[in-house]
Amino acid sequence: MKNGVGVAQNIVLFGGTSEIGQAILRRVVKPGVSRVVLVSRNIDLAETVTNPLADRFPEVDFHHVRFDAADAASMADVVSTITEEIGDIDVAIVAQGLLNEGVDYYSTPSALVEMANVNFTATMTLLYSLSAQMKAQGYGKIVLLSSVAGERVRKGNPAYGATKAGIDGFALALDHELAGTGASLLVVRPGFVTTKMTAGMKKAPFSTDADSVAMIVEKGIASDKKVVWAPGLLRWMFLILKNMPLPIWRRLPL
Amino acid sequence: MPRERLSGWGRTAWTVADVVKTTDPDSIRSVVAESSERGVIPRGLGRSYGAAAQNAGGHVIELTSEHDPLGADAVLDPVTGLLDVASSVSIDAILRLCVPRGWFIPVTPGTRFVTVGGAIASDVHGKNHHFDGSFGQHVRSMSVMLASGEIVELSPTSNPAWFWATVGGMGLTGVILRATVAMLPIQSSRVRVETERLANFDEVCATMSSDGDDATYRYSVCWVDLLATGASMGRGVLTRGDHAEASEVKGDDPLAYDPRLTVSAPGWVPNGLLNKWTIKAFNEAWFRKAPSKRHVGIESIPAFFHPLDGVNKWNRLYGPQGFLQYQFIVPLDRTDVLQRVIERFSSAGVASFLAVLKRMGPQNLAPLSFPTEGWTLTLDMAAGLSGLPELLSEVDGMVLDAGGRHYLAKDSHVAPSAVRRGYPRFDEWMSTRNEMDPQVVWRSDLARRLGLVDPRRVS
Repeated sequence: MKNGVGVAQNIVLFGGTSEIGQAILRRVVKPGVSRVVLVSRNIDLAETVTNPLADRFPEVDFHHVRFDAADAASMADVVSTITEEIGDIDVAIVAQGLLNEGVDYYSTPSALVEMANVNFTATMTLLYSLSAQMKAQGYGKIVLLSSVAGERVRKGNPAYGATKAGIDGFALALDHELAGTGASLLVVRPGFVTTKMTAGMKKAPFSTDADSVAMIVEKGIASDKKVVWAPGLLRWMFLILKNMPLPIWRRLPL
Repeated sequence: MPRERLSGWGRTAWTVADVVKTTDPDSIRSVVAESSERGVIPRGLGRSYGAAAQNAGGHVIELTSEHDPLGADAVLDPVTGLLDVASSVSIDAILRLCVPRGWFIPVTPGTRFVTVGGAIASDVHGKNHHFDGSFGQHVRSMSVMLASGEIVELSPTSNPAWFWATVGGMGLTGVILRATVAMLPIQSSRVRVETERLANFDEVCATMSSDGDDATYRYSVCWVDLLATGASMGRGVLTRGDHAEASEVKGDDPLAYDPRLTVSAPGWVPNGLLNKWTIKAFNEAWFRKAPSKRHVGIESIPAFFHPLDGVNKWNRLYGPQGFLQYQFIVPLDRTDVLQRVIERFSSAGVASFLAVLKRMGPQNLAPLSFPTEGWTLTLDMAAGLSGLPELLSEVDGMVLDAGGRHYLAKDSHVAPSAVRRGYPRFDEWMSTRNEMDPQVVWRSDLARRLGLVDPRRVS
């Protein structure tokens, strides 16, 4: 259950090794939390990166569940494995994702398929499974890490932007469908976040870090907001970028 | 069946459930029969502050009869003062019926808008706990529908274990349908009240101690200013009294009773209206308003017992973020803990609109009943204050280390371990509960959070 001061008792992080996901955990795990589940491809790594948090909160049970983020068909089973272990899911943070920076899709088109599976298809089935669980619970919050890249898909990595655009739109409409059930979604749209995922890339304007994103997410969970931006200013920037005529958009040095 | 969003009076931790409004035993029975593994919980007027009367994803049976065209389903025996009453009837309705006939409810909490069922399930207490005990001690018998659909008659003599597990049992043993309550005879509808200002916390504790003269008053409670600092830290206004005799009341009918709601809090109050500064100003005015010398006056029942009921929906004053009440009790000799808790909240900048101190009498036989001999302090605070989870967990530790406990009807945050530490007879209650409801049908959000019931349904 969640309590009266906004603390969720049972928290699940999908993409347990995600730096942003871990940063969010560091903010939402506080007195009142009972169980945390990390769902990852690499359980050993997830355990290692979670250890400092586990040491800080000895009263919290940490569980680890393995999953294949690209396997859409397995997501319903993953969710039921979790609920068998911990009961209700109060907050689910969906943070798994691929960026495929620098991959040449012309020579390895299979990378496109994998990206679509992880970022879109499997995430979509996961969101449905979580929604079904939370509808039955009568409450619950799903946090989806989307990206500003989905706001207006640009050259450079169109596949990434397109999967984010797709899952972002899906999540908002799913949240609309969930109105009145007690379950809801929060879509998080970070800009350029300096993490291992973006290591070596040229920083985009208004870049931020995982801890700043986490702070915005924590506030977003406590509010009734459907979308949060990190940093918040990007909301207004993308309002302009999104509506920019194509000939100008294509000339921008983005 | 309509799905509805529910919270407690504190307006936090909203969840959705199928809500059925009925007091009919057959309808209740069929709701229970059709319920899912998320279970069922009864609800009255929703005055418990946290999640005691809501059940996420399951069923909630709302038993209220505020708008019953037939009037209150209650029969008063004018000779014995025994009131046979449906659990859905509120203390408000009981007072309207009984006060003009010379009988008063033996225990009333700070609001009269609670049902009899809720008063038993929370084993509510009032300003007379040191004198009269809590609500359950005045219940002579009750009929309770078990999860099996069977209706059992429980009393302190015929089935004491089940009776006392239901008193203070937070609705997790069955649906209370009716009760017989022993009413208190009164000569008038007024209260003789002595009011005095106490300059600091030591003076408050000394005046209210049993070796002071608290024991000679039926009602006694102290409002405490948690924002006063320095020499006046913990200053308060103590009010004590008893029902006035007929001769003390002016007018033709000493038993005339006319409670009226004056104003409603508007629905648009923003978060943060009640803050450190507005409350500080209020506290100063409230303290100054009280006479500096001990003063005796005559007050009406609503003014003395239910001052907050004067503002309908006052819980909106904290804005959409909601608020919580923190009520705990520590043993009589641990006034040091009270002082430390007050200092801790005060240094963290937590402003409390209502801080109330009361000395409680001995505990009754119910394993989960909150009151026990000691000091109980109640304060409320905005739920959205940053750092509140950490602060409360620290204060919870201070209370539990001192051998204290928290009031479940007000709780919205304690950890499951707090119930086991604070209530030494918890396991005994749990096994009686499981005896009464082996399939674990009764469930609430509070029970889920605190592990008051087995998380899995037994089939």
